[in-house]
Amino acid sequence: MFRKLPEPGSPLVTVTVDGQPLRVPVTFSAAAAVLLYGGISRTTPVSGSPRAPYCMMGVCFECLMEIDGAPNRQACLVTVAEGMHISRQRGARRAET
Amino acid sequence: MSSYDAIVVGGGLVGGAIGFGLARRGLKVALLDEGDMAFRAARGNFGLVWVQSKGAGVPEYQRWSRVSSELWPAFAADLKETTGVDAAHERKGGVNISLSEEEFENRRKLLEQIHLEQGETGFEYEMLDRAELKRRIPAIGPEVVGASWTRYDGAANPLFLLRGLHAGIIELGGRYAASARVTAISARPNEFKVEAGGSAYFAARLVLAAGLGNKDLAPLVRLNAPVRPVRGHIVATERVAPVIPLTQNFRQMAEGGLLLGDSQEEAGYDDVVSPRPLRDITARAVRAFPFLRDVNVVRMWAALRVMAPDGLPIYDQSPDFPGAFVASCHSGVTLAGAHAERYAQYVLDGALPPELARFTAARFDVQKAA
Repeated sequence: MFRKLPEPGSPLVTVTVDGQPLRVPVTFSAAAAVLLYGGISRTTPVSGSPRAPYCMMGVCFECLMEIDGAPNRQACLVTVAEGMHISRQRGARRAET
Repeated sequence: MSSYDAIVVGGGLVGGAIGFGLARRGLKVALLDEGDMAFRAARGNFGLVWVQSKGAGVPEYQRWSRVSSELWPAFAADLKETTGVDAAHERKGGVNISLSEEEFENRRKLLEQIHLEQGETGFEYEMLDRAELKRRIPAIGPEVVGASWTRYDGAANPLFLLRGLHAGIIELGGRYAASARVTAISARPNEFKVEAGGSAYFAARLVLAAGLGNKDLAPLVRLNAPVRPVRGHIVATERVAPVIPLTQNFRQMAEGGLLLGDSQEEAGYDDVVSPRPLRDITARAVRAFPFLRDVNVVRMWAALRVMAPDGLPIYDQSPDFPGAFVASCHSGVTLAGAHAERYAQYVLDGALPPELARFTAARFDVQKAA
């Protein structure tokens, strides 16, 4: 569904999305990497339905993901970095008590 | 021009509950809701059905709150059956957490006083020491000294409740009028005309449940409701897997989000958020539950409580205009059960019973000492 516009000269980094390595331009947000990968970002805590990144500007909260171990990050507001681990958020996060 | 059996002024939780109760009893109800510029405590509250700290020194208020808590399960079931809306009511008891020995001791005294005042109606409570509380709620922090607990306490989702009440009134043949700010009331005994939002409404019964608006509306039917705003703040977090049961100041909603609250400020009609109460609420929340340190806040807001000078509800009927009633309180969720199941019946009967005599505005008719 999503096709990347050509960006000549943009350096690439390797991230993992749900464990799968993916090469993406260093200018990407983590949410953009997920769209390129073609996966979902999360399942909701209420109904469990699958969701994908939507507004891409920090408003809709559909792109909540676990990024480098931190739960419920808004993936559209996080820029990728070499070695970043991006995983789908499965339902509600857990709190460390 | 339209005729109804009852006009309820105020589309919040108090008006909604009384209106629903009247509609449930077969009356054709018009519920007049002021509009989006109204202060609307019903859309900013915490959602507790709370009993344990109510009415020290005023046994009638404790009793009335407990009656409402007891009526809540049937009320919530009725609302769901009528409308399909689940108000997410739970009644599993609740705790109030103490963060110092002094708080714990004051709490013990308060609940002991209520217990003694309730006498044979039997107010039961427990003071939980730290070890017992830790056993029940492992997430408490090292500063927590203990807690009070009663089985009467519970909670609901106040937004679902409000939506359900509106839907119920409509489902039962009534009318919910939005943007219906009251501009005039003409009163004769058992005959009222209310002009609101460009329409005229006629009915033999009138209930003023307009929150802070009752202060100006009540005199129009020779009633008195000297209420003032008391601001409160609430902080809402992201959704988290279930971690704490119900406490008075920190609650986890069914969907997982936590609400942190219970500030009280005299700020007039200013309902804008202020940093200091937000800091105090979150600081206290983290002391009670250190895991909150790493939980994201997603929203915060302020709203205005509807407070009488003595903090009690105001229930009254007009001596000059039979059929006209007023209802004001700051616990619209807690008292929703009693408002729908009891107060509505009193309005229908045309008279308030002795159990509500303590709440009439006559209690304010004393001269201030110089």
